[in-house]
Amino acid sequence: MSINASWYLTLAAILFSIGAVGLLVRRNVIVMFMCVELMLNAANLTFVTFARQLNDIGGQAAVFFVLVVAAAEVVVGLGIIVAIFRRRLGATADDIHVLKG
Amino acid sequence: MLRAAFLIPLFPFVGFLVLTAFGRKLGNPRAGWLATIMVLASFVVSVVVFAGLLHRPAGNRSYTETWYTWFAVDRLRVTAGLLVDPLSMTMATFVTGVSALIHLYSIGYMEHDEQFPKFFLYLNLFVASMLILVLAGNFLLTFLGWEGVGVCSYFLIAFWFDRPTAASAGKKAMIFNRIGDAGFLLAMFLTYERTGSLQYSTVFARLPHVGTPSLTAIALLLFLGAVGKSAQLPLYPWLADAMEGPTPVSALIHAATMVTAGVYLMCRISPILFRAPDAAHVIAIVGAATAFLGATIACAQNDIKKILAYSTISQLGYMFLAAGVGAYVAAIFLMLTHAFYKALLFLGAGSVIHAMGDEQDTKRFGALAKLMPITAVTFLIGWLSIGGVPPFSGFWSKGDVLMNAWAESPALYIVAALTAVLTAYYLGRCYLLTFRGQQRWVEARPGGDGSHGAHAEGHGPLEPHDPGWVMTLPLVVLAAASTIAGVINLPIHPHWVFLERWLNPVVGAQLLNHHFSVGSEWGFALGDAVLAGLGVAIAVGLWRNTAERPAAEPTFLRRAWFIDAAYDRIIARGSTELAVLTSDDVETKVIDGAVNGLGAFFAAAGRRLRTVQTGYVRNYALGLMGGLVILLAYVAVKAG
Amino acid sequence: MHGLLLASTVPDALTFAVAAVISVTGALGVVLSRHPVHAALMLIMTMFGVAVLFVEENAQFLAAVQIIVYAGAIVVLFLFVIMLLGIDKAESIAAEPLKGQRPTAVLLGLLVLAEVVLLARGRWPTGAHSTAGALSQAGTNCGLSAQATCPNVNVLGQSIFTTFLLPFEVTSALLVIAVIGAVVLARRPHRLGTDTDPDSGTAPEEPDTDLVPDFSARDITAEGDDTTDTTQEGDQ
Repeated sequence: MSINASWYLTLAAILFSIGAVGLLVRRNVIVMFMCVELMLNAANLTFVTFARQLNDIGGQAAVFFVLVVAAAEVVVGLGIIVAIFRRRLGATADDIHVLKG
Repeated sequence: MLRAAFLIPLFPFVGFLVLTAFGRKLGNPRAGWLATIMVLASFVVSVVVFAGLLHRPAGNRSYTETWYTWFAVDRLRVTAGLLVDPLSMTMATFVTGVSALIHLYSIGYMEHDEQFPKFFLYLNLFVASMLILVLAGNFLLTFLGWEGVGVCSYFLIAFWFDRPTAASAGKKAMIFNRIGDAGFLLAMFLTYERTGSLQYSTVFARLPHVGTPSLTAIALLLFLGAVGKSAQLPLYPWLADAMEGPTPVSALIHAATMVTAGVYLMCRISPILFRAPDAAHVIAIVGAATAFLGATIACAQNDIKKILAYSTISQLGYMFLAAGVGAYVAAIFLMLTHAFYKALLFLGAGSVIHAMGDEQDTKRFGALAKLMPITAVTFLIGWLSIGGVPPFSGFWSKGDVLMNAWAESPALYIVAALTAVLTAYYLGRCYLLTFRGQQRWVEARPGGDGSHGAHAEGHGPLEPHDPGWVMTLPLVVLAAASTIAGVINLPIHPHWVFLERWLNPVVGAQLLNHHFSVGSEWGFALGDAVLAGLGVAIAVGLWRNTAERPAAEPTFLRRAWFIDAAYDRIIARGSTELAVLTSDDVETKVIDGAVNGLGAFFAAAGRRLRTVQTGYVRNYALGLMGGLVILLAYVAVKAG
Repeated sequence: MHGLLLASTVPDALTFAVAAVISVTGALGVVLSRHPVHAALMLIMTMFGVAVLFVEENAQFLAAVQIIVYAGAIVVLFLFVIMLLGIDKAESIAAEPLKGQRPTAVLLGLLVLAEVVLLARGRWPTGAHSTAGALSQAGTNCGLSAQATCPNVNVLGQSIFTTFLLPFEVTSALLVIAVIGAVVLARRPHRLGTDTDPDSGTAPEEPDTDLVPDFSARDITAEGDDTTDTTQEGDQ
């Protein structure tokens, strides 16, 4: 049988949903962040698939920029995490609920 | 000569202004004489203008004079101006004549009152308003006079305003009048809308273009105004309470002039009534019912002024009955003669009250005829006139009304005839209780008809006597008038129906053509005499010797059929209860509840919604995912 | 929409299958590992799989960048932070303090999957190409013979430096900002050495110039805090 674009998209969807569920279920902040990266990867895969399908370089350019921005995001995000969790060890995402209404 | 007509309302108005400025300085009795002279001057001018109108040929007896444009808005242009024609001059003449006599009487009656000048300035203002009312050339100016007499009525009824009963009587009169005035206003609005003008001549000329339903509505609304002003069913209770005012006020306003304004209005709009027969029927029925009602109540009253008040209501009912069957001449004739003998009766009553130390209860009078001969004789003449005994004027005028009532419907005639019997009866009872029979006097006490008369102050024995010439002259003049006034419209011969021919240009075209043969006219006349005689006989039989007949004075009648009590319970107390209900329940529970509830609702909603903000990042991420699901669903639907 | 049948050959299908398995296994590993370090390593595995897929899809440059930047720098950064903070304790997967979170999460995940798969099979609402240029271009654009196709790097580079020049510049500014931000966020509050009293001999207190509020252990016990206004519990 032939592997066409739909397979890649399906695979990307699976990765995305695994990442989403992981983001919602895990409490460790770093792991949650890694799940976000997973979702970004899935998105990248989708972009590349479409670039091939539509014969357009724009998709790959998008992935390029996503990669750059993801890097910047990780840097800043981990900086925040470090700033918050420096004093408290063993803290999880659930322990930050100051904005509870 | 006709151009002097503007002086007619001007004189009393000038009198009012002068008395307002200098009344206190003029004092007692000069203020009174000034007022009387003003009205007398007005009367003289009226006579002159009347003569001038007579001079003109019969077809040319309508003269309008426009002073200036009161206001002009869009298509409506209302002028201030007079309409001098037979009807208005008849009214003006007798209004000024009777008013002059009553002014004269008041000089004596109000002699001991501290507010002497104020009384006369109110009276003058009243006369000026009344004259504007009858002489006006358009609806709005008439309404101005209408309101003017209404407010003067309030001032004068509540003249002794420190008495709570007087103050509330004035208020009551004002309120009942107001209800009628609303009808007048609505009629004016409708008239303008349908005919584009408020000027009488223009409106009547354009009537053929107006549909009957509108005409009926206009007529009924104007009749509503008349009902309020002339104390007909159902807006009559104020007139009985209005007896709180001084007796000259009762004589002038509530017998001779103001209450006749309604009848005048009906006659003025005779072209409209002619085209709206349904409205005319309603007017006739209401008039007949009121006549009967008033007469029955008067049979059981003890206060002399109340008897006369209900008598007025009853007689006014007759006038409306006449207007309703199209017999406008009869209505005016009755109004004229009624003015004479009713004013006479009231002034006579005033003399008696004055002499008996402000006592008003007829059960406490008795055997006054020898002591107050002039008053007794004039009062007797008044009784016979109103009773319809020939040859007094009442016989002729009431006879006209009864005859025309028969022509319209026998049922109306029967009611009117019954009322005629009762009229002769109750006034006979009044006369006999007051002037005949045994002395039933009680020592003088304060209260009653206000503070005046040396008789009131002392608690010594009563010495009733006839008052001075200032008060007896009007009595005599009025008695003479009520005796001979019948002559102006004797139906015996077509030449002698002066009033009918005089008023013909104004109301003639609308008269129902009730042609009666001479024979039937004599038959009716005989019938009227019989009715009057019957009433007189019953009165004399019952009341000549005794003053105690409870069987003839049932409570139901004494309490005026409980109508006023019903008004008080349902309307007055009802509105108070409604107000309490609204303020306690509706205001606090519903309105405040809604407003507070709205606030509480938002507070509660906020409290509930706040729980969404858990503070947990993962919950927020869950929300994001949910939104994503929805978005994807939307896209999937759109794509597929 | 037509799909380019790239993988009509068996090796391609096999490559796809293997790479897919690696990716999914790594993803599951990230989500299910108890230890954060294990999770990071699983992430690397996923990225390798995705890189292989990139190569399959004629995006060779991106595959290389994925390995170098993503797997080689970003995940390493993750590991650094894990080590720095020491939050490498295994968290208990079993308990879930937030009610209803887990079932709802699984449900939503399945829904998203279903919807995307649905979308993957169907027609797409938009079919327009962007104007970024073709993926496979003739060799004449990059100085080769007319029969060859440009390498992927050339094409990508050309598009980045011509069509997408502005985003490129902006992202470079973004990187600078990110660096500055990271430096600012991560520094410790410095001591004000000049204000100390020489006589007291005590160390000066740490001023509260924290840029980030300090979440003390108070937070854990401050459940059921029912104040209606949101207060910033930032003071020591």
